[in-house]
Amino acid sequence: MLSIETFVIVSVIKIVIALFVLLTAVAYTVWLERKVVGHIQNRWGPTRVGPFGLLQPLADGIKFLFKEDLTPPHVYKPLYIAAPMIALVCALTSISVIPVGNWVTVAGVHTPLQITDLNIGLLLILGITSMGVYGVALAGWSSNNKYSLLGGLRASAQMVSYEVSLGLSLVGVLILAGSFSLRDIVEAQGGHFWGFIPKWNIFYGGQIIAFFIYLISAYAETNRVPFDLPEAESELVAGYHTEYSAMKFAMFFMAEYANMITVACVASLLFLGGWHGPVFGPPILQAILPIFWFVLRVFGFLFVYIWVRGTLPRFRYDQLMAFGWKFLLPLAIANLVITALVVTLRS
Amino acid sequence: MEVHSGIEPMIHLTLFLLFGGICVAGAVNLLAQRHPINSALSLVVVMGSLAGEYLLLGAEFVAAIQVIIYAGAIMVLFVFVIMLLNAGEEERTGGSRVALLFGVPGMLIGTVLMAWVLLERSGTQAVSMGALPGAPKTIGWLLFHDFLLPFEVTSVLVLIAIMGAVVLASHPESVQQRNKER
Amino acid sequence: MVPLSYYLILSGILFACGVTGFLIKRNIITIFLSIELMLNGANLSFVAFAAQWHALSGQVFVFFVMVVAAAEAAVGLAIIIAVFRTRETLNVDRVNLLKL
Repeated sequence: MLSIETFVIVSVIKIVIALFVLLTAVAYTVWLERKVVGHIQNRWGPTRVGPFGLLQPLADGIKFLFKEDLTPPHVYKPLYIAAPMIALVCALTSISVIPVGNWVTVAGVHTPLQITDLNIGLLLILGITSMGVYGVALAGWSSNNKYSLLGGLRASAQMVSYEVSLGLSLVGVLILAGSFSLRDIVEAQGGHFWGFIPKWNIFYGGQIIAFFIYLISAYAETNRVPFDLPEAESELVAGYHTEYSAMKFAMFFMAEYANMITVACVASLLFLGGWHGPVFGPPILQAILPIFWFVLRVFGFLFVYIWVRGTLPRFRYDQLMAFGWKFLLPLAIANLVITALVVTLRS
Repeated sequence: MEVHSGIEPMIHLTLFLLFGGICVAGAVNLLAQRHPINSALSLVVVMGSLAGEYLLLGAEFVAAIQVIIYAGAIMVLFVFVIMLLNAGEEERTGGSRVALLFGVPGMLIGTVLMAWVLLERSGTQAVSMGALPGAPKTIGWLLFHDFLLPFEVTSVLVLIAIMGAVVLASHPESVQQRNKER
Repeated sequence: MVPLSYYLILSGILFACGVTGFLIKRNIITIFLSIELMLNGANLSFVAFAAQWHALSGQVFVFFVMVVAAAEAAVGLAIIIAVFRTRETLNVDRVNLLKL
């Protein structure tokens, strides 16, 4: 057991590393999106700044820092300034319960590759997603602009509606794993069946429908195509972030991509087996390979996100809400009932 | 994690006072603010700090549910309605001045009296940090065995509330006809 | 080791603030918020006593209180919207005639 000082130091180091990695991942997800959508649309994407445009996020960051941060006169200042902070804080906090690998021993300290392993880790992520709605709603309201208000209301109504199906699609996985702790859920997916097929929840657990419900709800939760009506340029000017410029807009932008990454991490942990994969070699390789398998899954999920963005048209708002309440929610409940029945009958 | 038993009561008291202070500040701010949106956001702060208090008492599942459902859904509904109706700040009418003058000191005296009674004569012991761990598994067991009837009744209650809210908030036909005739 | 009476005092302060808000505020939505504050104070009492008597049913009951609060908030806000449509005001002192 660690002493309290070691525990604090180790936790602070983990938090710093996790934040740094997450922010870099956000920047490079933006780059990935621009490249992939560019190639889907038969053009190059960023190619000028650095090889393959890899330094483009750096150039964008510098641009945001130097842009004029103007605050329109008739906004409600306290909430106008607080809303992007709420959005960004909620987006970045979810990383604290996401495990990326097994327990490792670094410099004599035996510690899990996770900032904290809560008993209710998954509930924490759901709770933080619920709090993220405030960032959007308050941004729309405080801007004192009818387009922003409408965009903010629509976006938050959409997020609240799809939160329900998101949560319900995860309950099937919880029934199979028996715990809310993310590490326990991943460890329940170890091993193989029929010799070589891994026991991921999407195959062995039969949660393939739940995976697709989660995928669709995640697109709606993060306000991405095909559910990005609230922030589409051709619809509502720019929705809830119409009146924001420079750094505050960058905060919303980062929050959206950080939410995407969090959702991708949760999907990889719950449905795709976490960090399980072939592990071999010396101890240093054995510590790093699970991280590599995890990052591979997250990258695959993000690629599907971006691929869908480049391919599908967007839903109209009433179609979107009808789809969420009248189709996804009953399907998620049916999945839950069937999973519960199968688990009870099997035991 | 081994914590020196000497420092744990201090941490418990400090965290209790911190969360309790934020709670009371949020509650007083709810009363002091003129615009309902500020009151609603103060209430969200109160609910968040209450979730911290529940964690101090060991009720982890209840704390998570407080954040997800109370602060994350019910208060979002309140914020929606405030944003939709957009009625603006509250006006001070005559009746409310009298209530302010007599009610607030009266309530303060009542609270102080209650606090004195509780501190002197309650006869309850101290609770340790995380006194009663409320794991989801045990709470779920209780919910579906001992409390099954209240659980089913509340589900019917929620169904009735949904139907009622949809009917009440929809446009009544008579208002539309009256507007057409004008 | 925090004495249980501290938790009860906090719960009582929240409840008192809720009652005060209910009586002195004139905006109907703020009155509803004060009701929610009172319910939260009661929830804290439930959880505190559950810790004292080591009875988990205290924590289970918090769920029922939350569900009731949700149902009441939904119906209450729908009524507020309906009243606002006809009276154009959210001030309870102005909603004082049975017929417009």
